[in-house]
Amino acid sequence: MTANAAPLLRLDHVGKRFGGLQAVHNLSFDINEGEILGLIGPNGAGKSTLFNLINGVFPPNDGRIFFSGIDITGQPPYQVARHGLARTHQIVQPLTNMTVLANCTVGACFGRENLPLHRARQIALEAVKIAGLDDRREMLALQLTIAGKKRLELARALAARPKLLLLDEVLAGLNPTEVEHMIGVIRRIRDSGVTILMIEHLMQAIMSLSDRVVVLNFGEKLAEGRPAEVATHPQVIEAYLGDPKLAAELEGHA
Amino acid sequence: MVRRPFFWIIALVIAVFAALPAIGNNVEMRESLVLACVYITLASNLNLMLGYAGYINFGSIVFFGLGGYICVWLVYAHNWPLLPSLLAAGFGVSALALIFGLGILRLRGHFFALATIGIVEGVQAFAENFSPWGGSSGIYISPAVFKPFGGAAEALWVIYFAMVAVMGASLYLSYGIKSSKFGLGLLAIGQNEDAAAILGVPTPFYKALVYCISAFLPAITGGLYFFKSAFIQPSDAFDLTLSTEAIVICMLGGQGTVTGVALGAFLYEELRGYLLTSPTFADFQLTIAGVLLLIIVLFFPSGLMGFIYSRFPRTQKVLE
Amino acid sequence: MLGFIASIIDGVLVGLVYGLAAMGLTLIWGVMDVINLTHGAMIVAGMMLLYLLASALGLSPYLILAPSLIGGFFAGIALYWIAIHRMTGRPPLMSLLSTFAVNLVLVGVGTAVWGTALFNVEVSVPGFSLGRYTFPGPHILAAVLAAVIAVGLYFFLHHTRTGKAMRAVANNREASELVGIPTTRLLAISVGVGVALATVSGTLIGTLFPYTILSGDSYELKGFIVTVLGGFGNPIGALVGGVALGVLEGAVTPFVPVSWTLVIEFALFVIVLIAFPGGIFTRRRGGL
Repeated sequence: MTANAAPLLRLDHVGKRFGGLQAVHNLSFDINEGEILGLIGPNGAGKSTLFNLINGVFPPNDGRIFFSGIDITGQPPYQVARHGLARTHQIVQPLTNMTVLANCTVGACFGRENLPLHRARQIALEAVKIAGLDDRREMLALQLTIAGKKRLELARALAARPKLLLLDEVLAGLNPTEVEHMIGVIRRIRDSGVTILMIEHLMQAIMSLSDRVVVLNFGEKLAEGRPAEVATHPQVIEAYLGDPKLAAELEGHA
Repeated sequence: MVRRPFFWIIALVIAVFAALPAIGNNVEMRESLVLACVYITLASNLNLMLGYAGYINFGSIVFFGLGGYICVWLVYAHNWPLLPSLLAAGFGVSALALIFGLGILRLRGHFFALATIGIVEGVQAFAENFSPWGGSSGIYISPAVFKPFGGAAEALWVIYFAMVAVMGASLYLSYGIKSSKFGLGLLAIGQNEDAAAILGVPTPFYKALVYCISAFLPAITGGLYFFKSAFIQPSDAFDLTLSTEAIVICMLGGQGTVTGVALGAFLYEELRGYLLTSPTFADFQLTIAGVLLLIIVLFFPSGLMGFIYSRFPRTQKVLE
Repeated sequence: MLGFIASIIDGVLVGLVYGLAAMGLTLIWGVMDVINLTHGAMIVAGMMLLYLLASALGLSPYLILAPSLIGGFFAGIALYWIAIHRMTGRPPLMSLLSTFAVNLVLVGVGTAVWGTALFNVEVSVPGFSLGRYTFPGPHILAAVLAAVIAVGLYFFLHHTRTGKAMRAVANNREASELVGIPTTRLLAISVGVGVALATVSGTLIGTLFPYTILSGDSYELKGFIVTVLGGFGNPIGALVGGVALGVLEGAVTPFVPVSWTLVIEFALFVIVLIAFPGGIFTRRRGGL
């Protein structure tokens, strides 16, 4: 990484407490334009909390967050979205009684480009196609299967034409064929110029997709680096020993 | 919008409302349609909150009552002519709604609904104590105010046409918002407010704006209604029953639809008129409204339009 | 000074009764996140039961508390099956509309039968005097009973199997189901207890003030204020909130005309709601 290229997203000593629980502590890392950064860590490590901090669901207690050089700390989600930051949810959040296309139109309308309705509809159509929901675009969101809803999350986020896409376990709950398809979609999205920060439990997928990986444990950064480096990091192995299956997966990838 | 058939359906409804009683000078029909206009106006504007943004407002009557009070008071105490009084009512109440809205719209779901009940009761208690508005005995205006219209009979017709115009404006407003980006944002809020905000919908601003907009036309219709009766008092102006009825109407017709709510208002008004004149049912108006609401909520949550859409799917292309 | 103390005592006495009137509302709210809009009508049902039994059969008003409690419990179970059970899993506002619909039916029938006539049940219990101020006996008795009922409810929630299970359901419905708590039955019982509290408080209030078929509304509204002040689902909190409201009423009375207290209360209600959209409310899950 050259020193003069400003990072797309910079976390600067970010911290968040819930009552007595320190969910995220003194966390700093950068995401560079065009990369896929994987975020891993055991359950409860603070990964989803971090997403919520980045896109403004709640403000951090300490530290600052910069996006494209702009300080977005404490901005509400709808402002963060305008800067070009879109996300998917681990627990899907469809607009249930609206069609797939309408869901995506909302994303396009109120996303980075703040498009008028008719223009937004075209963008939404493209996003629906990329996510592979073309045949279901007139269905109500609530009629979709879980895999369909995951795709909808992705399509809706894409329709916002974000600079940075936060993916929260988009592969969880999908069968192997669906996972393979989704990995292809994610690669294509990156190739189209979108930077991606993703949380994933499927080690195999994240290790092959990510350019770099950040490991969280108890809200703190445990390690950061290329997948191969991280997987051999002794502390990472130790943190995952509580989860032997994941540790085995990590070792397998080293 | 002008090219869509629904635009002309609304125009047709307005024309029929204006023409039917005027042909043959049918005063009795006009008085029944006055109430239909009030119900359609109130329910359509409530629908912007309830059906689009998904917020239950038990206080829609406050807009109507306050509009009535401001208008009647300006005519009575300051000798203002009707038109500026109406505009003052509309803009005044909208401004108040914006101020209230910025506060109470921070509340979600249940809490918003409760706060709106608090506002009705608070405003009514205020009006009962506010001496410039005549306290609990209210304000009478002298029939002399009808003179500029060429007499009381003529004035009543002018007011009726104005009310039809306000009703028409309400329908166009509902339709216009529904087919706009603003409307899309509101519907998203109604489905899942958190998700909407994350998608970039400026939720606090949109909610305050729709609350403010939904106050304007009901306030004007309130002004017209109480000017027409030449009398206003707190128990009429802030009758929680009318708020209730507006909610029943939205559910009956199908919340979030323009046609359904208008149709529901019309049917409800006709039913109510029939019940009130029938000796057996006159006392049971509320009970029947309650049973109706319960049946709809339990078994037909998408209301009349849900039924029509599922039976005649093609109507979805024409009706909104 | 004596006058001030007297008005505070009066505020506490009335406030305890407000707290009792709010307890059923806040219990159902806390356990299942449903605002029971029939609460006011159920309070009036308790009042009408008092009127019917006391004037027709000449029973002592305090004996009528028993049938009021039992009747209210079964009315609550019925209410659960009619208006609340089917709302599980639907948007939360639907239960607001369904209980509101039942309220319309109850009030509608009540108005059709009794009109808006004023009822008054005379009770003679010796009062208590402080200088030239006398606190009526029924007030003192009602306040004491309110406190006893609140403590009883607290013990029920914290020291009986059913009560503990109710709190578990309030905390996490799905988890409770997983560990074998029959949630549906418990929710029905919760509504039963909540409504029984409403009818009992109605019967008790009927011994204090004259009432009409529409009196329930104002107690329901005060119940909202009390809940917001005292927290959700907590009987002791309801008493505290009630006393706060009662004392507030007593404290403002010397300064503003009585008819303005309502305006002040609703303003307070809306302001408290807005001022603590996070603070007080975030405790509502598992607030029991």
